[in-house]
Amino acid sequence: MTVPSQELIGTVTAESGIDGTAALDETAVPSRGRIILKRFLSQKSALFGFVLLLILVLLAYLGPVISKWDYSQPDYNSFLVTPNGSHWFGTDGTGTDLFAATMRGAQKSIIIGLLVAVLATSMAAIVGATAGYFGKWIDAALMWLVNLLLVIPSFLIIAILSPRYHNNLTLFVILLGMFIWQITARIVRGQTLSLREREYVLAAKYMGVSGPRIIARHILPNLASLLIIDATVNVSVAVLTETGLSFFGFGVQPPDVSLGTLIEAAQTSATTQPWLFLFPAGFLVLLLLAVNLIGQGLRDAFDPSAGVAV
Amino acid sequence: MGKYLVRRLVNYVVLVFIATSMAYLLAATSLNPRAHFLGRNPPVPVTTQDDILNRYNLNDKTPVLDRYGTWLDNLAHGNLGRDYDGGYVGANLSRRMWVSGQLLLIGTILGGLVGVAAGAWAAVRHKKATDIALTQGAFFILSCPVFVIAILLQVGATRLNNAVGSRLISFSGQFDPAKPGGFFAHIGDRLDHLILPTITLMLAGASYLMLYQRSAMLDVLGSDYVRTARAKGLRRRTALIKHALRTALIPSVTLFTYAFATIFVGATFTETIFGWHGMGEWFVQTIQGSDTNAVAAITAVVGVLILFASFLQDVVVAILDPRVRVG
Repeated sequence: MTVPSQELIGTVTAESGIDGTAALDETAVPSRGRIILKRFLSQKSALFGFVLLLILVLLAYLGPVISKWDYSQPDYNSFLVTPNGSHWFGTDGTGTDLFAATMRGAQKSIIIGLLVAVLATSMAAIVGATAGYFGKWIDAALMWLVNLLLVIPSFLIIAILSPRYHNNLTLFVILLGMFIWQITARIVRGQTLSLREREYVLAAKYMGVSGPRIIARHILPNLASLLIIDATVNVSVAVLTETGLSFFGFGVQPPDVSLGTLIEAAQTSATTQPWLFLFPAGFLVLLLLAVNLIGQGLRDAFDPSAGVAV
Repeated sequence: MGKYLVRRLVNYVVLVFIATSMAYLLAATSLNPRAHFLGRNPPVPVTTQDDILNRYNLNDKTPVLDRYGTWLDNLAHGNLGRDYDGGYVGANLSRRMWVSGQLLLIGTILGGLVGVAAGAWAAVRHKKATDIALTQGAFFILSCPVFVIAILLQVGATRLNNAVGSRLISFSGQFDPAKPGGFFAHIGDRLDHLILPTITLMLAGASYLMLYQRSAMLDVLGSDYVRTARAKGLRRRTALIKHALRTALIPSVTLFTYAFATIFVGATFTETIFGWHGMGEWFVQTIQGSDTNAVAAITAVVGVLILFASFLQDVVVAILDPRVRVG
């Protein structure tokens, strides 16, 4: 994932004016991060995703402040009312304001998704690259661990343990994170196996650069697009797993709510009382969509050279 | 080579054994089968409870390691143990695996084919209308959890059935036992019941695979060997398929092998929502019902299938990528 040289030159001359050569020494070459940021912001869909996520996060955290209803205090005067001026998303059969409940569930999903994705992708990158680069017994030991965690059906184990972590967010995040990095670790290892035979890696190696440094400087940057796609998918996976577990009653549990518990409750009445299903499901879909669009935007920003026509 | 494969196989068996044992011990200590007797009227005497639970090796008063020992002993004799209500786990398992297999086979294969084809096509048409439409479509579907897609499809089918005035699409269970007609009517009925779950599975599988395939293909398209292939005079089509796609298939194949080898594990949401009594539904029911022996059996099956997938994947990757030397 190197920055193409034409683009660097282009940026520099654009900033240094017509007599570019004279100003070249004084003009700092923009950092890789700034170039990527610029490319990221120049994409409409990425920007749309970013703005959408911002709106959703603000809504999730500020919405309950503005709304006069609380998710834990039902309005006993209105059961199953359709969306109106007082109850923006309507109410359910117990009189719970659906707006307050949806925002509460959204807060949960956002936090869990971000934490789990960072945890899982970091684990996958470190373990996969270490195993692939060093090989021998390190590879054997790490892959054995990966295989062990892979054969344990994560959804089942988390579900079995659900009575134990009962609404303990930290434990829930660690459990989710521990179970979704293995396949990516295997992919990272596979790619590392071919990357470590490349000339620049061999050159660095024979110049005496240490293994961890080669992984950090040469292996992982080359897998950046894979890892970013993976982190994006992991946010989705984490949110999906959380809402899925909650859907079956193994995740977030009453009295707390999650988008999963709300959707589950609305499942049977989706045809007759559509608002009960549409608002939580819609928020969930928009949240995942925003995250996915950002991931895609980052990917294109990191790697614009990938689309060279054949 | 034979020695290497045997060593690898032994390693896999050990892995499955450890995973299953862990699942058994976790389930035996976390779940509470005695809860089934709570709230019974008239109340079940404790001695009776113990008798029943002892018979099925589910009694929480027996030390967990003793229960584990009994379970291992049974397992060694090919007996997977009993459900809390006395059913045989082994019989349930084989029946449900077959149901799941029927449900998932078509959806998984369709999902894999559509995903790879759409991903590769989108990468080749990078930043053109086709690419944008496919990617955004995949993103949108990926942003819809399976249970949302399934419920939406059900609502849509209900609307359609109401509009037409007859039951055009059925989406509850495997088939309709009351449906008249002979063999072909029955097959037709089964296919009818497969429509919505298959669409659900295909959409979810294809959108996931498509993004990986597109990403891998884009990485490969700019590489030297694809340019070399073009430079030495290969047609664009040949260069793309034989040189680019072949390498770019590796990550997708990894993912697809897992999906394919695990079709007997079932699809939890799809089965639960569409009323298929397969492994996925059982998965949820056993935990809700505190069925320790069944939980352990499911873990074992999942473990065996995933390791089979992993083995298969090593072989396929070695075939596709000559640079990777296994071992």
